[in-house]
Amino acid sequence: MIVELGHFALVLALALSIVQSVVPVWGARMRDERLMAVAAPVAGVQFLMVGLAFAALTFAYLTSDFSVLNVWQNSHSDKPLIYRISGVWGNHEGSMLLWVLILALFGALVAAFGRTMPATLKANVLGVQGWISLAFLSFILFTSNPFIRIANPPMEGQDLNPILQDVGLAIHPPLLYLGYVGFSVTFSFAAAALLDGRIDAAWARWVRPWILIAWIFLTLGIAMGSYWAYYELGWGGFWFWDPVENASFMPWLAGTALLHSALVMEKRDALKVWTVLLAILTFSLSLLGTFLVRSGVLTSVHAFATDPSRGVFILAILAIFIGGSLSLYAWRAPMLKQGGIFAPISREGALILNNLFLTAACAAVLVGTLYPLALDVTTGDKISVGAPFFNMTFGPLMIPLLLAIPFGPFLAWKRGDLLGAAQRLMVAFAIAIVIALVVAWVEGAANVMAPIGIGIAAWVMIGAVSEIVWRVKLGRIPLGQSFSRAAGLPRSSWGAMLGHFGMGATMLGIVAVTAWQQEVITVMQPGETRSIGGYDLTFEGLTPSTGSNYREDVGHFSLRKGGVMLANMEPAKRFYMARQMPTTESAIETFGFNQVYVSLGDAKDGGAVVMRAYYKPLVTLIWLGAVVMVIGGLFSLSDRRLRVGAPRRAHHAAAAMPAE
Amino acid sequence: MAMTRKQRRLSMIGGAGAVLAVAAGLILYALKDEIVFFQSPSDVAEHTVPHGQRIRLGGLVKDGSIDRQGETVRFVVTDGAADLSATYTGILPDLFREGQGVVAEGTVGNDGIFHADTVLAKHDENYMPKEVVEALKARGEWQMGADNPAAKGAPAADKTSQAETPSAPASRTN
Repeated sequence: MIVELGHFALVLALALSIVQSVVPVWGARMRDERLMAVAAPVAGVQFLMVGLAFAALTFAYLTSDFSVLNVWQNSHSDKPLIYRISGVWGNHEGSMLLWVLILALFGALVAAFGRTMPATLKANVLGVQGWISLAFLSFILFTSNPFIRIANPPMEGQDLNPILQDVGLAIHPPLLYLGYVGFSVTFSFAAAALLDGRIDAAWARWVRPWILIAWIFLTLGIAMGSYWAYYELGWGGFWFWDPVENASFMPWLAGTALLHSALVMEKRDALKVWTVLLAILTFSLSLLGTFLVRSGVLTSVHAFATDPSRGVFILAILAIFIGGSLSLYAWRAPMLKQGGIFAPISREGALILNNLFLTAACAAVLVGTLYPLALDVTTGDKISVGAPFFNMTFGPLMIPLLLAIPFGPFLAWKRGDLLGAAQRLMVAFAIAIVIALVVAWVEGAANVMAPIGIGIAAWVMIGAVSEIVWRVKLGRIPLGQSFSRAAGLPRSSWGAMLGHFGMGATMLGIVAVTAWQQEVITVMQPGETRSIGGYDLTFEGLTPSTGSNYREDVGHFSLRKGGVMLANMEPAKRFYMARQMPTTESAIETFGFNQVYVSLGDAKDGGAVVMRAYYKPLVTLIWLGAVVMVIGGLFSLSDRRLRVGAPRRAHHAAAAMPAE
Repeated sequence: MAMTRKQRRLSMIGGAGAVLAVAAGLILYALKDEIVFFQSPSDVAEHTVPHGQRIRLGGLVKDGSIDRQGETVRFVVTDGAADLSATYTGILPDLFREGQGVVAEGTVGNDGIFHADTVLAKHDENYMPKEVVEALKARGEWQMGADNPAAKGAPAADKTSQAETPSAPASRTN
């Protein structure tokens, strides 16, 4: 019964999305206040309906209702509670429902927080959100309905893919979706501006918090996914350049560019046409990612051709939204007035440089992701585009960008002083060079990339800090005054500093792991010891154990340094009964920023086991850097100028109250 | 010193053009040199892949062919028509089994043995690499029999949630 109610709520949401698609946009066209005012409550109720549908499906999972096809395919009565909940989105249908839930959430948030927005802009934004809802709700109801019942319910479910039975899955997809579905809002703002034919600095101020929110979640989601793959898949890799990863990475690159170009627009009323295009492209890449992941095209181009209902549906959505928005852009963009003039050497110029390299890098990732598909369809040749391709294209495009990052914040708007900026960065440059030279001296001639990489990472990190140091005049005026200056700096300055610093930290982690990771793959007898990265790992033995829905062999290793016992490490080989599928559970110990990583291979006769151990120096910086970037994003989000509308909002709300 | 509006615009367009040209050049160069072609054991037997050229070898792990000596594993990859001996040092993915599909990356040595440095497996017991399926079909080895591991792979493959399961190369070089 509850499942049917959920199904019904989803159909209602579809009906509401039709209303939301048509009425407000028509109202904006006719300048009819009452029609435009329909948008906000409809968006709110639509969120409620999708929320109910999602709750109903979750209920079916919690109660292990195997008469629901989706639950039967992906759940099991022995499955722990948390994985019953996360199992809701651990499959195609459920994850699309989560996608739409988040879309509806953003629609409702725009409706709730956009009270001070101009009425036509708000109506158009919500109208465009309605179009996206309409497309994806139809997709779910017509091709991927999670509420389908089975006539003769089986007694037991088929269980969730064991690799997905992990806390990582509970968090990773929601974060990722909050990120790339979040960019639907910026897309809607861009489309609304084009519909309106009007765009200004205020528009950029309205849209910026939404860019930041989406970017923050996408950054977290990607970092989380990377760490999950690192510990769950058992071979210690943190990035695979897998098409599925690229699908989330491309919107991140475009979104990061958008974050920077919106800044120019807000401050200087320039780069409007480009910013609007970037907003469209960012969400288009999110849609492309959804298509790649959800259509089955990656599994097989031919499976896509033989069972095309889902794939063709998403492809149609993709074509309509990307084609439609780009046509709208081509038609209306020339009407947007260009503002602010600036010299090439200026803050604007630096931000353009950032955009140029980020979009070029994004294009390289796009080509590497789509080329194998295109070749397969056209010639039938099967190729793989892996890390070497991306190292050759993405890498060289990132290096100039990283080198340029510290200069940006030192350049003034309109016309910057490159020489002055260079002088202020002398200390940072000198320290980075010294660090690179020390690394080169320790490394010898064997590894040229390590000192260069570490030097660049240090340059980005110290360069970021230098800007704050210079602005608070640290050391040039009494310390107390510096502190009060620091407290007075706008939060967005701290945001930029943390964002850039985090970027440098991530790079430092990647370079250190690539250059200095140590690996041992060996057969160990009980009692044997191997040393790695200065640590001694002793194999104590293998013991069987049983979990709620799996059996496992747990390896016991003791980790010592200089004879001092540090930790027991217990990697395991698990076997999930329902799916007859083995998984590897690695064991990780963290020391500072470094990690020791152990995973198990096959058991041998006589209690011996094949094991793989890594020493990974500075590896946690890869993800901590992303966390620092996110904190920077939060600082920017809390900046005063994004809240300037706040008092006015209260006033308006009070004034509007009697009218409602 | 001050640039005219025209000069400014030209310098920016020139800069953007230069970056895009470099990007395009890098992409074209990398597409020529840094991609790996997929081959079946028959392809290797027929076309004699140059020694040292990286390929992606796909097929089934031949029944009874896995021979583990310490951390080194020898196995035979077959597509029914031809066999190719392969060797790999390291820990194989969880789903590496006899009779199952496998995709390995590496080079064919002078000894005629395929030296894999990466063995790929999707983390899903139903997953059959698409290249393997198509190669097997091309060789007439594809049957829809229930006992054929290949047969149960393909129909289910598009239902599995790819988003949450990145492929997991087991790699020594990475």
